[in-house]
Amino acid sequence: MAISFDNALGVHPQALLAREKRAEVLANNMANADTPGFKARDVDFRAMMERAQQDASGFGMSRTDDGHMDTSMGGADSELLYRTPHQPSVDGNTVDAQQEQSRFMRNAMDYQASFQFLDSKFSGLKKALTGQ
Amino acid sequence: MSLGSIFDIAGSGMTAQSLRLNTTASNIANAETASSSTEETYRARKPIFSSIQQAMLSPDQQGQAFGSEEGPGAGVRVEGVVESDAELQMRYEPNHPAANEDGYVFYPNVNVVEEMADMMSSSRSFQMNVDIMNTAKSMMQRILTLGQQ
Repeated sequence: MAISFDNALGVHPQALLAREKRAEVLANNMANADTPGFKARDVDFRAMMERAQQDASGFGMSRTDDGHMDTSMGGADSELLYRTPHQPSVDGNTVDAQQEQSRFMRNAMDYQASFQFLDSKFSGLKKALTGQ
Repeated sequence: MSLGSIFDIAGSGMTAQSLRLNTTASNIANAETASSSTEETYRARKPIFSSIQQAMLSPDQQGQAFGSEEGPGAGVRVEGVVESDAELQMRYEPNHPAANEDGYVFYPNVNVVEEMADMMSSSRSFQMNVDIMNTAKSMMQRILTLGQQ
């Protein structure tokens, strides 16, 4: 029986990548905390994970011709939504720096959790291989 | 890679905020720089920020995504520094060496209280960007230890 890494690792690699992307979006929000007219953004994590699982299960649409539309790329950006501001600001900026920072920290913690899961998967595989 | 671009994003934020701090320093330093004509008088300077879109960084990827909106963005940049056109302060000081024929000198339109508030805001934003960079660094260091135990 061959070991399939995709099956063995489960959803955690995708979760880790999704967390990374979210960290990037939140970092961009905070870098633009003082940019007039900037609209804060965030990713729809649920949609992102659902798509990752769909891709992993092989039910996603595949492109066999150059003329086919790339549905996966369009999907990647449609998960990027705009945040609803809690209070309006004069310059049209919707970034709440403190909230963004707490979300960033929370995301970093979730990243660590996903990492821990992935790490345990690897150590489990290692144990199985060495047979100790 | 997403984590790598966080360094660019936070770095652009730090550059922009330090430039803002620079203009604040210049404004406060010149708050009392008097001169005899409106043209020569120092005027408060303000940086203009705008966000960078990812498509600008990688033009080869443009149009590839069908019907998608612009990407997550790639930081902030300073469009330019503009001089405030608020009214200058005209004071009657006949004994001032730079006084004009009528005995008036012109002082810059720098609002020192506003500048101090701006200074605090930019230093906080700078700190926030440093925090982001530190967090991204620890995330990156963590991923390097994957599967080591």
